[in-house]
Amino acid sequence: MNARDEILARLRTALGPTPSAPPVPRDYRVDDDLDDAARLETFVDRLVDYKAEVTRCTPDTLAEAVGAALAGVERLVVPGDVPEGWLSAYPGTAVADGPQPLTVSDLDDADAVLTGCAVAAALTGTIVLDGGAGQGRRALTLVPDHHVCVVTADQVVGGVPAAIRRLAPTRPLTFISGPSATSDIELNRVEGVHGPRRLHVIIVES
Amino acid sequence: MSERLPHGSGRLAGPRPFPDAAVVELGKPQLRANLHKATHTIRNKRARVVDELPDWEKLRLAGSAIKSDVMARLPELLVQFEAAATAAGATVHWARDAAEACEVVTGLVRETGADEVVKVKSMATQEIELNEALEAAGITATETDLAELIVQLNDDQPSHILVPAIHYNRSQIRDIFTERMGDAPAGLTDEPRVLAEAARLHLRRKFLSSKVAISGANFAVAETGTLVVLESEGNGRMCLTLPETLISVVGVEKLLPSFTDLEVFLQLLPRSSTGERMNPYTSMWTGVTPGDGPQNVHIVLIDNGRSATLADEVGRQALHCIRCSACMNVCPVYERVGGHAYQSVYPGPIGAILSPQMTGVSASGVSSTLPFASTLCGACYDVCPVRINIPEVLVHLRQEAVDAHRGKPSAERTAMKAMGWVMGDRRRYARALRAARAGSAPLAAVLRRRKVRRLPWPMSAWTASRDAPLPATETFRDWWRRTR
Ligand code: SF4
Repeated sequence: MNARDEILARLRTALGPTPSAPPVPRDYRVDDDLDDAARLETFVDRLVDYKAEVTRCTPDTLAEAVGAALAGVERLVVPGDVPEGWLSAYPGTAVADGPQPLTVSDLDDADAVLTGCAVAAALTGTIVLDGGAGQGRRALTLVPDHHVCVVTADQVVGGVPAAIRRLAPTRPLTFISGPSATSDIELNRVEGVHGPRRLHVIIVES
Repeated sequence: MSERLPHGSGRLAGPRPFPDAAVVELGKPQLRANLHKATHTIRNKRARVVDELPDWEKLRLAGSAIKSDVMARLPELLVQFEAAATAAGATVHWARDAAEACEVVTGLVRETGADEVVKVKSMATQEIELNEALEAAGITATETDLAELIVQLNDDQPSHILVPAIHYNRSQIRDIFTERMGDAPAGLTDEPRVLAEAARLHLRRKFLSSKVAISGANFAVAETGTLVVLESEGNGRMCLTLPETLISVVGVEKLLPSFTDLEVFLQLLPRSSTGERMNPYTSMWTGVTPGDGPQNVHIVLIDNGRSATLADEVGRQALHCIRCSACMNVCPVYERVGGHAYQSVYPGPIGAILSPQMTGVSASGVSSTLPFASTLCGACYDVCPVRINIPEVLVHLRQEAVDAHRGKPSAERTAMKAMGWVMGDRRRYARALRAARAGSAPLAAVLRRRKVRRLPWPMSAWTASRDAPLPATETFRDWWRRTR
């Protein structure tokens, strides 16, 4: 018997003829009870707790906020489909990924990356990227040391369940909660290891 | 029934009885100080973020029920997972035991022509001793998780499933980096930030140039073929994103039926493990995404003693474990001896029930003494995010150990020694119990539910009233005081 069939047979033997399990109780919270303003406040609070930088703006002041977040950044990488308006106040060079993909060393040379996101969870201060509009492939938001992420208010949901339910499972998904960190030294959280050491979230409210 | 199913191999059991190994570890005061500090830090953080969720108990109940459902339907869910992952472009392999898993992975790395791989922290690959197998095949494996790197640089073994270098303090880590990293910056201080920066520089080039990565997975979704890895540092994202080839070694028990089930486990796991609302990075991938990430994706599903564990109706709940490590962080025994005394990749309370089941409770070595390496205080059960009743399984395995030992007086002495060690200092023990108990009386509950008429051996040998049932209204501690 090959390994697959043998393992499956072993598991069936282990379980016996009539394995059963009780039904799953799903009476945990799926939606929060916060209004929109309180939800955004919570989101900001959590991000700050992770030592992410946060800017709040309106659609009219977004370009300005992006420009300020990118102060000092000479070489910026962006996904090929980044909305043009985001960059109108940025004076440096923005290099787009695609149609010819940037190399890893191109990404390593960049000072920062600017993207949007798919959804964000307020209660945990989490941003989720799914490779969709304005986000690019995963390497883009990983190699540069500084990630600036634009989140619109309508993308912010309450907790993890609400976020999970908005996502398409088979896309490559990255959940980001603050800058890269480690708890490996005496179990204290220290920000800044291999992923971007700076995370700047720009929240756009209309 | 478990007799008929083959047990696991790899780093699951050592040669020495637990008390012998524990005595060696107890002779290391620095180790105890480090462990005390770290486990208390993490306990408090965990308690804070758990208290924040009003529906924590409901999440635990859901998590526990989902895992029971997974176990009951495991063969069917594995077939479903295989089909979904294959349709998404991954290649699924199966391995009966540690040796076969190492063979499969080594073969896959060889096919790529690479003689170097980067690794994301994974319990499964430690369990099968993959690094040693790769080395024997001339392939260098670099651990990229900070704590794993520390342990690997120092030719040591991990001592905790989440923070494998928990037994080192910052100045010991500084010394290891300075002496063994090769490219450690001159004048390295023991400031955690500086140490993290040194690791970043050391690994950066490897990340950017590696062709092959090896990972485990925290969860595997049957419905979609998706794998999930939770991490903090970004080393996981580096390994899961940049190389051309990705090989993931996954225990068969890691399945979840549906993608939506992640909404439960992504709340339970980070709060229970690092005591954070959410870990910095969680990656999910389903087979191959053209133009994004590894294009050559393999998944190796391993049994290695899991089917034998599943065969035990009481013990199978150990397979529900999501490796959060909360149970070791609250365990009065773990806090004193550390992870090495357990001689398995799975230490602490979960190790005491998982390792002996995966390897089989034999009459010699550590596996038969591990179930006695506990005060049965129940703190592990209280914190377990998937409500594994560890005391219940411990009591159950003690009975099995008795059966394995019958007629072997030397083995009885060994187990008595384990018990004697745990119970040795009554004041310390009482203190540990008071501190650890959070409202439940697990031993009494276990005994009631399991209809055990007398105390499990070898405690029975310690009391004159060995045939008396444990009064349900009396706590274990009170009973202990009264009968001593
Ligand atoms: S047994 Fe429970 S508490 Fe211990 S590591 Fe596993 S899931 Fe966590």
